[in-house]
Amino acid sequence: MSEFLNMGGYAAYVWPSYGLAAILLWLNWYLPKRQHQQLLRQLRRRNDKGE
Amino acid sequence: MFLWFHKFGSPPHFYRIAGKWIPWLAAIFAIFLISGLYGGLVLAPADYQQGDSYRIIFIHVPAAWMSLFIYVAMAFCGVVIMVWRMKLAEVVLICSAPIGASFTFLALATGSLWGKPMWGTWWVWDARLTSELILLFLYLGVIGLHSAIDDKRIASRAVAILAIVGVVNIPIIHYSVEWWQTLHQGPTVTKFDKPSIHWSMLLPLLLMALAFQVYYVLALFQSCRAELLRRERNSKWVDELSRSQ
Repeated sequence: MSEFLNMGGYAAYVWPSYGLAAILLWLNWYLPKRQHQQLLRQLRRRNDKGE
Repeated sequence: MFLWFHKFGSPPHFYRIAGKWIPWLAAIFAIFLISGLYGGLVLAPADYQQGDSYRIIFIHVPAAWMSLFIYVAMAFCGVVIMVWRMKLAEVVLICSAPIGASFTFLALATGSLWGKPMWGTWWVWDARLTSELILLFLYLGVIGLHSAIDDKRIASRAVAILAIVGVVNIPIIHYSVEWWQTLHQGPTVTKFDKPSIHWSMLLPLLLMALAFQVYYVLALFQSCRAELLRRERNSKWVDELSRSQ
C-alpha cells in the first residue's frame, strides 16, 4: 500500500494531479446544484407572498 | 426532425428531460471513472522510461481533449445563436464555459506537474503550452464578457461571436506539435494505424476520456437547469413548477 502511495518516488507530482481533478470536478458539480436549490427556494418564497 | 429540435429546445422540456437524465449520467460517469482509475493506477504497469510519473496522463490527456471538445461545442452553440437565436443554445454556451475553463486549467496544471520531473521545468513558452494557455484566456473572456453585459440576450450574442472567432485556436493547438519544434511530445493515441501506447495504458486512458465526456454532459445539465430557472423566473412554466413542488 505504501508502495502504491509512493508512486515510484513521483507521489508529489501524481497525487496533486488527481487531487486537483477531484476538486475541479466536484466544484463544477456542487456550485450549480447549490444555485439551483437556492433559486427554487426563492421562487417558493415568492409564491408564498402571493406575488 | 425540426419538430423534435423545436421541442427539445424549449426550456421547460429541456429542464424536465435534463432532470431525468442526471441520475443515469451520474451512474455511467461513476462506472467509467472507477474502472478507468483502477486500470490506470493499479493494473497498468509503470512506464519503462518515465516510471510511475506517466500516470498523470490519465488526467492530463482526457482533460486536454475535453478543453478542445467543449470549446468546439461552444462555437457550435454560437452559430446556432447567430442563425436561429435559440434560447437553449445561449444557456448551453454560457454553462459550458466554466466547465471548459476547468478542464483547460487542469490540462495546464497537470502538464506542469508532469513537466517538472520529466523536462526539469514547470513551464516553457512552446507552441502547445502557449496555445493552450490562450484557450484558457478565451474561456475566461467568454465568462467575463457574459457577466459584464446585463441584458442576457445581448450578452449571448456577444459571447457567440467571441466563441466563433476563438475557434481558430483549436486547430492551432491540435497541430502545434507538428507545425513547430516543441518540447511537448507528438500525438501517441490518434495514430490509429499503430498507436505508440500499449493497450494496458490505452484502455484506462479511453475510459477516463469517456468518464470526462459523460461528466461534461452531467455538469452541463445541472448548470443549465439552474441557468434556465434564473433566466425564465418570470415565465409561466417556472411559476407552475415552483407551485407544484
